[in-house]
Amino acid sequence: MVRDERVALSVNDLTVSYHSQPVLWDINIDIPSGVMAGIVGPNGAGKSTLIKSLLGLVPSLSGEAFIDGKSYKSQRKRVGYVPQRSSVDWDFPTTALDVVTMGLYGRLGWFKRPGRKEREESLEALDMVGMRALADRQISQLSGGQQQRVFLARALVQKADVYFLDEPMAGVDATTERAIIDILRRLRDEGKTLIVVHHDLQTVRRYFDWLLLLNVSVVAMGNVDDVFTADNLRKAYGGQIALLDDSNSLMFAASKRDN
Amino acid sequence: MQWLSILHDYTFQNVVIGAALLGLISGPLGSFAVLRRQSLLGDAISHAALPGVCLGFIIAGSREMGSIIVGAMVTGALAALLMLVLTRMSRLKTDASIGICLSIFFAIGLVLLTYIQGSNNASQGGLESFLFGQAAATLRSDLWLMGGITLFSLTLLGALWKQAKLVTFDPEFAHTVGLPVSLIEVLLTTMVTLAVVVGLQMVGVVLMAAMIVAPAVAARQWSRHLGAMVFIAAGVGVVSGVSGASISALSRGLATGPLIILSASIIVLISLAIAPQRGLLWGLLQHLRQVSQLRRRQILYTLYKTQSTRDQEVHNLPFRLNFSAAIALWQLRRKGFLVSQKTPCLPMSAGNRWLLTSLGVREAQSVMAELNGKTT
Repeated sequence: MVRDERVALSVNDLTVSYHSQPVLWDINIDIPSGVMAGIVGPNGAGKSTLIKSLLGLVPSLSGEAFIDGKSYKSQRKRVGYVPQRSSVDWDFPTTALDVVTMGLYGRLGWFKRPGRKEREESLEALDMVGMRALADRQISQLSGGQQQRVFLARALVQKADVYFLDEPMAGVDATTERAIIDILRRLRDEGKTLIVVHHDLQTVRRYFDWLLLLNVSVVAMGNVDDVFTADNLRKAYGGQIALLDDSNSLMFAASKRDN
Repeated sequence: MQWLSILHDYTFQNVVIGAALLGLISGPLGSFAVLRRQSLLGDAISHAALPGVCLGFIIAGSREMGSIIVGAMVTGALAALLMLVLTRMSRLKTDASIGICLSIFFAIGLVLLTYIQGSNNASQGGLESFLFGQAAATLRSDLWLMGGITLFSLTLLGALWKQAKLVTFDPEFAHTVGLPVSLIEVLLTTMVTLAVVVGLQMVGVVLMAAMIVAPAVAARQWSRHLGAMVFIAAGVGVVSGVSGASISALSRGLATGPLIILSASIIVLISLAIAPQRGLLWGLLQHLRQVSQLRRRQILYTLYKTQSTRDQEVHNLPFRLNFSAAIALWQLRRKGFLVSQKTPCLPMSAGNRWLLTSLGVREAQSVMAELNGKTT
């Protein structure tokens, strides 16, 4: 694992509110370079909002984001983004290959059209996610897992150094989840930084090596082994979760208020 | 040879060319509006063109096309921007803000219209024709104007094709790759205004929305790519424009604008019904095909099971013999998978003795193998 002391993403004093309700409060984060970082927290904790405000998609009251020590705006080309699958209308008339090629539009400039070189790059990315055979398939005819892979391939062609992924494993089949995690690991081993909003506590230890526990403000962050403790989880989730400390591993029962 | 001589008619030529231009511009721009879920935006923009038409008339002092078009463009674009601002800044949802803008601007337009009519201006005649269009009044000079606007907007759309596509499909991602999303959204929205002013003379402000939405909706049924959709939409627009204008000219006295809209609507209905993959009829056929395939498999399966356990032909089918089952039985018999022997003393459903042929046994075995393969 390539891991150096540089900071891939640093966030200073970020506050976001929606209709005078604080969604994120005084967030300060430093995520080291070359890690697979998970962002975990209960519903409404502001996980997606955090990513979106860093990318400038949601207005923030205060705060700045730095990629590798430089302001995000100047580093836009080094940042890849995989939005939630449900954020677009999949009935749009286009093919899987075309969606992947959209990842190259930022690089192409204003009037240049994607050509053969771009087509090759996009096909290669589809190949990586195991979707080359479906390149010309209408996106409306893809399954949820296949749609998610298309989105991942679109981020891959961006050839970014820092990737933001918003719940890439939500509602996908087991094969897709494995395929996605394999690709993310490979990217991390190449020295890229992956910042992943995640909802499944069962897999946190297996998937991530760095963790941010979030509930409006930062509950804890750091190496996953230090952060992923029963104590911290109780702080983040409050009474919403039942914890059973089973020697080394933490196990979770589906939480109802009365158990 | 009446309909041939009409081809040389000056008015008819103007109307047909104008209608074709309208289809050419409203189809492509409408495609983006429909995909961006802003179909009703066209409605609001076209209604908002009315106060501009009146203001253009008041300022120019006469029914001069240039100033009327500029006026319509200004108030149309104003309404479009107001809607964008209302949805972005306030808690209003899109439908509410469209409703507000549409009625406010249209009301102002109607007030201005009655003001002009009351002012005894000798040249005020026919300003209300912009409500429902008056295609026969189209002049050659108007056509040049309409053609110029069409050429301009299609060129702009072509130049910004990939930006328009990405902003329409996934505006948030477009933002992260550095596209000026707001600028392109504003452009796509205000360009609808250009289509509206081309349609002012032909179909008028009230029916213009249909010309934005209908060709795009029809085209979506037949297309797999955005490019194809835009081309087909332009085609549908031109065809409905030309056929509406021709029907109007041949029938003497029927209004052109509404006929254009009706032609487009017929194309929409046909497309919604029969387009492959997306059409209603297609879906229905697909459903029936699946039902009958399931029926056939069920029958094969049950006959095979009962036959192999009891080692004899079946008298009473272990399921209700309804219409779809009867069809399935008939299909299976025609394929040679089973045979029936009638016993005349019993009623039809109970009296038939069904027997799988050796061909049928093999088919049933392959069905079962497939089912088992799926469950394990």
